[in-house]
Amino acid sequence: MFAVSQAKQRASQSRWQTLKRHLQHGDVLFRVLTALGALTVFMLIVIIGYELWLNSPLPREKFGWRFLVESEWNPVTQEFGAFPFIFGTLQTSVMALIFAVPVSLGIAIFLAELAPAWLRQPLGFIVELLAAVPSVVYGLWGLFVFIPAFVRPIAELLHTTLGFLPLFTGPVYGPSRLSASLILAIMILPTISAVSRDVLLAIPASQREAALALGATRWEMIWRVLLPYGLSGILGAVILGLGRALGETMAVTMVIGNNLALTASLLHPGYTMASIIANEFAEATYELYIQSLIQIALVLFVVTLVLNSIARVLVWRVARRVPTEVRI
Amino acid sequence: MMWNPAHYQRRKLVNAVMLALCGLATLFAVAPLLWILVYVFQEGGRHLSLQFFTELPTPVGVPGGGVVNAIVGSAIVVGIACALSIPLALVAAMYAAEHPNTPLGVTLRFATDVLSGVPSIVIGIFAYTIIVLPQKQFSAFSGGVALAIIMLPIVLRTTEEMIKLVPRHLREGSLALGASEWKTMLQVTLPAAINGVVTGIMLGVARVAGEAAPMIFTAFGNPFFSTDVNQPIATLPHMIFVYAISPYKDWHAKAWTTALVLVTLVLGLNIVTRLITAWQLKRMGWR
Amino acid sequence: MFKSRMIVTGLLVALVGILVGACASATPAPQPTVTPAVTKVVETKVIEQTKVVEKVVTATPAPATPAPKAGSVLINGAGATFPFPLYSRWFYEYAFVDTTVRFNYQSIGSGGGIAQITAKTVDFGASDAILTADQYAKAPGIQMIPVVAGPIVPIYNIRSDDGKVITDTIKFPRTALADIYLGKIKKWNDPVLAQANPNIKLPNKDIVVVARSDGSGTTFAYTDYLSQVSAEWKEKVGQGTSVKWPTGLGGKGNEGVAGTVSQNDGAIGYVEFAYAKQNRLAYGAVQNKAGEYVLPTVEAVQAAMADFGANMGDKLALSIADAPGKKSWPIASYTYLLIYMDQTDCVKGKKLVEFIKWGLSDAGAKFARELDYVPLPPEVHKVVLDKLSKVTCQGKPL
Repeated sequence: MFAVSQAKQRASQSRWQTLKRHLQHGDVLFRVLTALGALTVFMLIVIIGYELWLNSPLPREKFGWRFLVESEWNPVTQEFGAFPFIFGTLQTSVMALIFAVPVSLGIAIFLAELAPAWLRQPLGFIVELLAAVPSVVYGLWGLFVFIPAFVRPIAELLHTTLGFLPLFTGPVYGPSRLSASLILAIMILPTISAVSRDVLLAIPASQREAALALGATRWEMIWRVLLPYGLSGILGAVILGLGRALGETMAVTMVIGNNLALTASLLHPGYTMASIIANEFAEATYELYIQSLIQIALVLFVVTLVLNSIARVLVWRVARRVPTEVRI
Repeated sequence: MMWNPAHYQRRKLVNAVMLALCGLATLFAVAPLLWILVYVFQEGGRHLSLQFFTELPTPVGVPGGGVVNAIVGSAIVVGIACALSIPLALVAAMYAAEHPNTPLGVTLRFATDVLSGVPSIVIGIFAYTIIVLPQKQFSAFSGGVALAIIMLPIVLRTTEEMIKLVPRHLREGSLALGASEWKTMLQVTLPAAINGVVTGIMLGVARVAGEAAPMIFTAFGNPFFSTDVNQPIATLPHMIFVYAISPYKDWHAKAWTTALVLVTLVLGLNIVTRLITAWQLKRMGWR
Repeated sequence: MFKSRMIVTGLLVALVGILVGACASATPAPQPTVTPAVTKVVETKVIEQTKVVEKVVTATPAPATPAPKAGSVLINGAGATFPFPLYSRWFYEYAFVDTTVRFNYQSIGSGGGIAQITAKTVDFGASDAILTADQYAKAPGIQMIPVVAGPIVPIYNIRSDDGKVITDTIKFPRTALADIYLGKIKKWNDPVLAQANPNIKLPNKDIVVVARSDGSGTTFAYTDYLSQVSAEWKEKVGQGTSVKWPTGLGGKGNEGVAGTVSQNDGAIGYVEFAYAKQNRLAYGAVQNKAGEYVLPTVEAVQAAMADFGANMGDKLALSIADAPGKKSWPIASYTYLLIYMDQTDCVKGKKLVEFIKWGLSDAGAKFARELDYVPLPPEVHKVVLDKLSKVTCQGKPL
C-alpha cells in the first residue's frame, strides 16, 4: 500500500522538483563555479597572449621568422633580431635550474626529514624570508657584493682551469651570464624548497613507515618512496621556479652585463628577453621598436610553453613507472 | 636470498653521503640567504628611525623624510591583488585538483605554468594597456590588477598540488558520512591542505610585494600620501628602485632602509598569517 | 606548541635584526649635519685623493610637507631621469609656495615621458631628447620647454702599472672618446692618449668600454656629441636614446655604468655629472672644438649655452653638444618639459604654467645651482617666458 502511494507520488513530481533535488546538495553549483573559475583563469592567459599578438604585427610583417634567428638588434637602423635574447634567457634559466633544483631538494629534504625539531621552524622561515627580498635588492646586492666577492674569483678559476672549453672562454668581467644564473638560482631557491618541503610534509606517514619497515635506509626511503610520491608537487614547484627564472627582470638586468655578443661562454656578459624589454620599453619611441619589444614578450610566452611541454613529457615518462596512487 | 653484507655496507654509505649532502646543500643555500639578510639589516639599519615610518619622502639634499606613503600604498595595492587573485586561484585550483584529466584541467595547468613565466614588466604593460590607457589615469587599482596576475599562478599551482596531496581516505570518509562535495572540499580537504596553501599565498604575497617593474606603468608612484584607489600611489619596491638608481648616497642609504622595512613587513605578515591559521585549525579541532 | 614555537622564532629573528641593526648604527655612517640656527652653510672642501671640490651643504631640518588644502589639485608628470633630483626638490619647495597644488613626477625615462604625454595619461612630460617629426605628429599641440642644462662626463677606473689607482684628470682629445667607443683605440697607452697626457703614466691595459644598456636621454646627448665630433660614428652608429654600441658592456642606469666601471680595471664610461660628483668618480677633461681642454664646470656649460644663444626656433629645441667656444664643455644638453599649448583642464593648466615660471625664476634657479644643474641664460629665459604666455585653455588664454 505504502509503496504504491509512494510510486504515485514520485510519478507526479514535476521536473522542477527533480531539478531542485539535483541541486540541493550544492554540488552541481560547486562544480559549475569551479569550472567557471578555471575558465576565467584560462581566458586571462589567452587574452594576455592575444594582446601580445595583436600589438606586434609590424615586426612579423617586416622580419617574419628571421626575427627569431637574426642577431642584429639595432634601434638606429631599425633592424631587430631576437636570437641573442632567446639564447641568453634559455642559458641563464636552465643553468639557474641546474644550480637550484638539487640544492632546493636538498633543503626540502633536510627541512622535512632530517632537521631536528627545534631547527625546522626557524630555518623554514629564513628560507621563506628569502622570497620576500625584492628583486631590486637582489640586483644591487648581486652587483656590488656577490659578484666581486664570490662570482668573480670562481669565474677566474674556471677560466684558468677549464678555459679551453667553449663554455668558459673569454675575458672575465664582473657581470656575466654565470652571475645572472647564480643570482637567479638564489632567487628561485625559496620557491622550490618551500613548496617541496610542504609537499614532502604532506606525504602520509604510512608511506614512510612502510618503506622503513621493509628495511630501506633513510635515504632510500626518501629517494624511492617520498620523491616519486611527491613528484607532481615537486615538479609544480620546479616549474614555478623556472617561471620565475624566465621572467625575472630587475635582478638579471643589473648583473648580466647587457651585451649582445653571441658566444656560448658562461663567463661573458649576455642579455635576456626580460632585460631588453625592461631596458628599452620606456624609451622605445617609434612603432616598429615598441612592437618588436612586444614581439619578444610573445616569444618568451611561447618559449615558456615549449619548456613546460618538454617538462611535462619528461615527467609523464618517469611517472609511468610509478604506482597508481600517485596522480600526475 | 640471503642478506648480503657488502650490499648493505654500500647502502649505508650511500645513505650517509646523501644525507650529508642534503645538510651541505642547506648550508650552501642558507649562507647567501643570511648574507643578503644581514647586509639588508646592516645597511638598512643605519638610518632606521621612527620618523622613517611616519614621514613623507623628502627630495635630495633635504635630510630626514620617510616612506609612510609607500607603506600604506603597498598595503593597499597588495590588498587589492590578494582580493582579486586569491578567491579566483582557490576556485580554479579546486577545479584542477578535482578534475585533473579533463581537457579544461590539463589546459588550465599548462596555461598557469606559462603565465608564471611571463616577466613582471610585461604584465605591468598589459595592465597599462587594458586599464591605464582607457582611463587615461594611472591608479592604485591598475597596480593591484597587475600584481594579482603575477600572484595568480603561484597561489593556484601550490593550492592545487596541496589539495591533491590530501590523502584520499579523508575525502572518502567525509563523502561516506554524507557530506556534499563542496562541504568536503571546504571543510575537510582545504583545511587539511591549509598549511601548504598558506605557504603558496605567502610566497605569492612576498613576490608581489617586492615587484617594482609593474608598478612603473600602473601605480606610477606618488610622493604624497594617498589612499585613493583611482589615483597614482607609492609602493615600497618602487621607492627602493627610485632611491637605488639615484646619484645620491643618502638616497642609496634610504633604498636599503626601505628594503629593510619591506622585508620586515612581509616577515611580520607571514608570522601573523601562520598564527591565525594555527588558531583557526585548533578551533576547528584539527590539532 | 606550534604557536609558541613561532612566537619564539619571530622574536629571535627580530632580536637578531635589532642587534645587527644596532651594531651597524654604532659604526659611523655619513650623516648630513643639521644646524638649526643657520639657514644654509656652504663649505668647500678639497679632497686630496680625487682632487674634487666638494660642496657640503648643511640645511635646516626639513619642514614637513604641508598638508594640502581641501580641494587641492594633483598634477602628474613623467619623463627624464636626468632632471629628477631637481624636479623633486622643486616640487617639494613649491608645495610651500602654493599650497593648493601638488606635483607628482616619476622618472621613467625620456621616451616614457614622451609616450605618456602623447597618451595623455599625465599632465606634463619631460625629456632630454629632442622630439622627432614623428613624435610631434602623434602629439599635436605639444611644446618643448627648456628648463635647465647639465654636463655629461667620461668616468674611468684605471690602475697604473705599479698597481696604484690613477687619480689625475685624464685629458681626452677631441675624437678620442668616439674612437674609444668605436673600438679603434683599444689600449690606455695608445699614442693618442699618451700624447695628450704626458704627465700620466698610462698603463698598457685594454680599455673596457661601458655604456648605458637602457634607453636614456643621457645616451641621446652623448651620442649626439659623438656624432658631431666623428663622422665615422655618425655613419656607423648614429644618435639615439638607445644605440647599438660597437663594443663593450652595458650597465643599467647611471649606477649600472658606475658599478661596472668601478669593478673593472681599465674601464671607461659616461654618466651625468651630478652622479660622478656625488659618488666621487674620477672623470676626465675633454678637448672641445676650439682645441682647449675643459672641465665640466657650471661656467663651462654656461659658455656652451651662450655659444648657441637663443636661436632655437619655434620649437625651442636646441642641441648644445660640441660647442665652439674656448671655455665650453662639449658634452652638455638641455632638458625639456613637454606641455600641450592648449590645455584641457584650466585649473591644472594655470597651475602648471605658474610653476614653470617659478622654476625658471631666481627662486628656482637657486635650487638648480645647488644641485649642479645650470639654469637658462637670460636670452633663452626670455624666449621661454614669451612662449609660456601663449599657452591657452580650451582656446581661451589662461
